[in-house]
Amino acid sequence: MLRQAQNSTIDQRFAVEAVDLVKDFGETRAVDGVTLRVPTGAIYGLLGPNGAGKTTTLRMLLGIIDPSSGQRNVLGRERPLEAAPDIGYLPEERGLYPAMHARDAIAFMGALRGLPIAEGRRRADALLTEHNLGEWAKKPIRTLSKGMAQTVQLLGTTVHKPRLLVLDEPFSGLDAINQARLEEMIRREARSGVTIIFSTHVIAHAERLCEQIAIVAKGKVAFDGRVDEARARLRPIVRLRTRASDGGWRDVIPAKARREGDEWVFELPEGGPEPLLKALIDGGAGIETLAIERPGLHEAFVSIAGNAAAEAMGREKPE
Amino acid sequence: MMRFLRSSFVIARRDFSATVLSKAFIFFLLGPLFPLLLGGVFGTIGAKVASEAEQPVVAVIGSHADFQRLKNARDEMAQAMGEGAVVPLVGYAPEPDLAGQQRRLLGTVKPPVRAVLSGGLDHPRIFGPSEDDPTFGQIRLLLSSARQEGNSGSPDIGVTTVHGGSGSLAKDRAETALYGQMLLFFLTILLSGMVLSQLIEEKSNKIIEVIAAAIPIDAMFVGKLFAMLAASVLGIVVWISSGALLIQFMKTGGVQTLPPPAVGWPMFLTLAVVYFGMNYLLLGAAFLTIGAQASTAREVQTLSMPVTFAQVLIFGFAAKSIGSPDSTQALGGAVFPLSSPMVMLARAAELPEIWPHVAAILWQAAWVALILRLGAKLFRKTVLKSGPRMPWWRFGRA
Repeated sequence: MLRQAQNSTIDQRFAVEAVDLVKDFGETRAVDGVTLRVPTGAIYGLLGPNGAGKTTTLRMLLGIIDPSSGQRNVLGRERPLEAAPDIGYLPEERGLYPAMHARDAIAFMGALRGLPIAEGRRRADALLTEHNLGEWAKKPIRTLSKGMAQTVQLLGTTVHKPRLLVLDEPFSGLDAINQARLEEMIRREARSGVTIIFSTHVIAHAERLCEQIAIVAKGKVAFDGRVDEARARLRPIVRLRTRASDGGWRDVIPAKARREGDEWVFELPEGGPEPLLKALIDGGAGIETLAIERPGLHEAFVSIAGNAAAEAMGREKPE
Repeated sequence: MMRFLRSSFVIARRDFSATVLSKAFIFFLLGPLFPLLLGGVFGTIGAKVASEAEQPVVAVIGSHADFQRLKNARDEMAQAMGEGAVVPLVGYAPEPDLAGQQRRLLGTVKPPVRAVLSGGLDHPRIFGPSEDDPTFGQIRLLLSSARQEGNSGSPDIGVTTVHGGSGSLAKDRAETALYGQMLLFFLTILLSGMVLSQLIEEKSNKIIEVIAAAIPIDAMFVGKLFAMLAASVLGIVVWISSGALLIQFMKTGGVQTLPPPAVGWPMFLTLAVVYFGMNYLLLGAAFLTIGAQASTAREVQTLSMPVTFAQVLIFGFAAKSIGSPDSTQALGGAVFPLSSPMVMLARAAELPEIWPHVAAILWQAAWVALILRLGAKLFRKTVLKSGPRMPWWRFGRA
């Protein structure tokens, strides 16, 4: 039984709130009790390997599909389609009408969200010029390169000036230059107060852009919070290179430490760096280099989602 | 509601522009003209062949007086049965070698001779066809009539011409009903099949995701259906003169001689437009629902044949109502939504009451809305995979 969200349970500080969302496709449970809260104005990353349930979660949040059970609230609306004029959505699989002119495609996407078509065309012309695509404004989409078509779709996603941007794998298929441009555009939109949710299976993008993330694995949210909170779950990593190969100092090296080339790599012990340093010096280790690093999001992801999910992510490098 | 209508309009405007401004639309407009063109070409060829192939005649060997009486009898019969239905007669003076003359005449090519009649009116003898042949029967009737000419002749009958007697009126109106229904059927079968493939582009382009995230699926269905209706109406405006030509071909004397419908021409034409719209929307909504389930153009092509047959069946069902608009069968056809517009148009030709049409149009409009609603639900459920699982008997209430 689908339970509709009650306004009383929804905190207006959040642009998007989902409580215990479940989605079954036949016998397969694609999303299993996802709960997340996206603060207004935040850049929020939905992180997980392909098949984790990110796209299905986003589709439920947007109202494309209804959940099998659970509650959702988007921009204060229990029915996401009611908030559609304030939302921009870039789907994972891009799609435009091939015969449509670039400016008409942007205006059409704006019109779907309630923007008058004439105003949409005017804004489309300005946006295309701003993105060095002015001369392509009246050319059919099928004559544009893939990168140009993706830019057109992205402009169509924002032409109506939404308050919430939902981007599903936005970096997929973009070259490095366009990825950088997109990152800048996301930051610019966020600076103007737009809430942005984007899904990605590339940790580096989330690490660079997001203030908050949800790590999704096997249809469940394994972590929902700030990036530094995720990283703070792990102890700092010590990288140590010594001149002496053996001695009393070896007693302070944890049993789980591993060798990476000439380095010892291990978690900083409970006491912190000072007792470690003292033991190494007193033990005659002959410190050559010693670095104490904060763990990256990748390590946090491995810790939270497990090695299998991390391996799945690792197979898909940034494009 | 305003947002729903505006969303539908956005979809309708896009689809209408994409359809009408494409090169393919020119072929769409020309398409139905091809059969007329072919009909004209083959009709001309047929007429030429027919004129070149002369009608066989009966050669009459005998006196001029006998031939004249037979010819008078033949003309009288032709007046009653039509010129082409009665065999023409050609007179020949008797020759000494009668048998030889008979054989020679029967072998004549110009004009071709079907039979040779000799012996005058008193002792007629037919050389040629058997007694089973219709020509033999005609000659016997002509002889009988020619023999009586001297005795009584044709009776004088006083004639007062009255148009619209009940017997002829019912027949004439049934004829108008048939033409109206056929026109409705052909226009719908030509046009509504296009709706089947209306969602293929969105599904293959994945733009369906953008649309489904922005507007209700119901609005998309409504927009697509009305866009195709508008494109079809544009086509009909172009074809309307061709349609008049078609009737001109079918009915000697042209459209102006078509029997007047019971509700009068202005109302009949108004109802014809409304019922075409309803027929298109009803079948279009059903086809949009079916076509939306197809994921490739190949599947749509596969579906188009059964869909066409279904339309022919519906037309056959609707045609049963002609001539008996108050029969159970006709009422059934009027209630069944997919045949209702055709049955009701035929009724407009045959019965003068207006209120059943008001009720029928409301009934049909309700079904358009219902089919679209169910179609959108089915699309969300099966294509977008939306909503909780539920048993099929609860589907309608989802």
